[in-house]
Amino acid sequence: MDALLLQILNGLDKGSAYALIALGLTLIFGTLGVVNFAHGALFMIGAFCAVTFSKILNISKITLDPEKTNFLGKPLEIKTPYVIEWFGESTGAALIDWAVPLSILFAIPVMLLVGYVMERGLIKHFYKRPHADQILVTFGLAIVVGELVKTSFGANPIPTPAPELFRGSFDFGVLIGMEANAVIYPFWRLVYFGFSAVVISSIFAFLQFTTFGMVVRAGMADRETVGLLGIDIDKRFTFMFGVAAAVAGLAGVMYTPINSPNYNMGMDFLVLSFVVVVVGGMGSLPGAVLAGFMLGILESFASMNEVKSFFEMLYLPSIDQIVIYLVAIIVLLVRPRGLMGREGVMED
Amino acid sequence: MSKFTRRGLLKSSAVMGAGMAMPTLITSPVAAYTNEPTGGSVTLGFNVPQTGPYADEGSDELRAYQLAVEHLNGGGDGGMMHTFTSKALKGNGILGKKVEFVTGDTQTKSDAARASAKSMIEKDGAIMITGGSSSGVAIAVQGLCQEAGVIFMAGLTHSNDTTGKDKKANGFRHFFNAYMSGAALAPVLQNAYGKERRAYHLTADYSWGWTQQESIQAATEGIGWETVNNVLTPLATTDFSSYIAPVLNSGADVLILNHYGGNMINSLTSAVQFGLRDKQVNGKNFEIIVPLYSELMAKGAGANIEGVFGSTNWSWTLGDEGTKAFVKSFGEKYGFPPSNAAQTVYAQTLLYADACERAGTFNPCGIGEALEGFEFDGLGNGPTLYRKEDHQCFKDVLVMQGKENPDNEYDALEIVEVTPRAQVEYAPDHPMFAGGSLGKCNPGA
Repeated sequence: MDALLLQILNGLDKGSAYALIALGLTLIFGTLGVVNFAHGALFMIGAFCAVTFSKILNISKITLDPEKTNFLGKPLEIKTPYVIEWFGESTGAALIDWAVPLSILFAIPVMLLVGYVMERGLIKHFYKRPHADQILVTFGLAIVVGELVKTSFGANPIPTPAPELFRGSFDFGVLIGMEANAVIYPFWRLVYFGFSAVVISSIFAFLQFTTFGMVVRAGMADRETVGLLGIDIDKRFTFMFGVAAAVAGLAGVMYTPINSPNYNMGMDFLVLSFVVVVVGGMGSLPGAVLAGFMLGILESFASMNEVKSFFEMLYLPSIDQIVIYLVAIIVLLVRPRGLMGREGVMED
Repeated sequence: MSKFTRRGLLKSSAVMGAGMAMPTLITSPVAAYTNEPTGGSVTLGFNVPQTGPYADEGSDELRAYQLAVEHLNGGGDGGMMHTFTSKALKGNGILGKKVEFVTGDTQTKSDAARASAKSMIEKDGAIMITGGSSSGVAIAVQGLCQEAGVIFMAGLTHSNDTTGKDKKANGFRHFFNAYMSGAALAPVLQNAYGKERRAYHLTADYSWGWTQQESIQAATEGIGWETVNNVLTPLATTDFSSYIAPVLNSGADVLILNHYGGNMINSLTSAVQFGLRDKQVNGKNFEIIVPLYSELMAKGAGANIEGVFGSTNWSWTLGDEGTKAFVKSFGEKYGFPPSNAAQTVYAQTLLYADACERAGTFNPCGIGEALEGFEFDGLGNGPTLYRKEDHQCFKDVLVMQGKENPDNEYDALEIVEVTPRAQVEYAPDHPMFAGGSLGKCNPGA
């Protein structure tokens, strides 16, 4: 029981990341009809916004300590971050400690701008091209972005810890009456789950309860008719591309304490997120969220030793690596449009 | 009636062909071995990951290779050439030929690594291939070099198989291996954590991971520890939470991460996040062990590495003259201390050049003979032997621990013990290395 509960919790934070990325992918596909393989790169750029912001906060004044030497026997450089110089020890150190959550404020405008430039500069030229062309150009873009990030930040993961307050774990089992140490869960993963729930709810609320959102939904359903009503739907869709980029970016920012970011992290999520979109149903926002959490939890279950042993007996080794694809095949066989897919989407 | 007959035509063709070939046969001597250098220079092929997950290690290796070439050609301050006990190198290239180099990108993929090594041998005329930051890649390229008839001086490869079941006559490894890590770590672990421990292993699912796990399991069971479980994790895993979560309820009080690179950083981060290091199990503090360390990975793991034991081939903090000379050369050229990947490839380049000088030839078979059984010192690892039977270097191994309060990002690890060479030696037919044979050296051509 405790093992099951633990894997459900694990699946929730993994599913949160899948859901956030898949939500952005679906928004772009639903509005602009573009299959955006650079969406994982947006997730990675978001993570590197956190790294960059952390580096900015750590820009330091360098003084030489004549009493200590470095590895070459020269006076040791002592670095004091300017934020500590300017705001004092406690405030400056707190700013550095809270770099990841604070970098959300930095990431939102950056990601909106990145999304705008990407859509206006490249992707809009491929609206009327076949989906294969869109996949090729966006996949190429993802590789270019990845290599640029690697050139600037190196290939190895960069540690980007959570604030001190949220490091470590808590005993979830005790909270629900189980014995101590039965279900231990890291604080930050709970924060990530809560954060993604807020972002997903906000997107749905924005689309459901604002006039702008209503027009976007109408455009997703029938772009031509909305255009005939004199509404510049393209402008709104470009904005939605920026929103989707920001959602992916925020997912990346908050993910950095879970796994130290590296230039390839977007690719790790991209393929799985596409499977999530397909399982959820192309163009369906609730489907993307549902499938994200469902596949995240399933992936966690599949890596349990008991489950792996069981499938090994059935001549299905490494079930943890294939479970998502296996489920995708089954779902598509039973429901070819995915869990919540609409008729007519990608069927022409 | 024509006087042409089929026999006549064949005869005259044979005579003409022989006549046309005669000048070539007289003037062009047949090369005795692959890419025998004929001009005033000799080309070495540096095959390292320039893209992919180990690109940072590859960059550091390239820096060290370039430094070695500079020193071989008489540039810079000469680095470890002055401390190397063999005095065959004169700073005038190798055998009087200027050393040039070409580079290839392994991408940390066996097929890409073989393709780039092949291209360097066939198109660029590389006479020796060196590099690699993965055992899978090293083993693949070593096999290719054996077929092509060039020497392979392995870089960062730690699997027992490289000089075990997959060893080749044309391949030589300076870096230590998984068995040596286990043998060096076990006594330190016994002193630190006692004899009654229960270990849970997470293991990267490929050649290096398997041999690393086998080695450390044997070593820890040798000091009385029990192995609770060994879970293989796919190499592509980035989120290890679902593998870490069951550890707490398994009854284990030690987690051994047989992971390297990004895998190690991510699994260690997950383990710390799940609070393993704050827990008490079986009345003991829960501990984490990372058998193979690298400075670059330690930097990536940040504070999570504090207090964690592991092993390395070398450290820039050693105090011997060879290390000091290398750190000074490297540090002044690049502005930061070298990693143990950089040291091993620098040493390999010097060892290759020195073997050419002592053998008086670039012929792989001559170089092989010069390296086999070669004993040397002054390259940073103390007295070292290149064993004839498997082409593995035997030298001291360092047991490291993550530093509690590092002074800077290059100072994340400290030396706990320099394990003497005798403690990590093993017989050439040890079961963990059985199943292969060197075969005969292949000069190619």
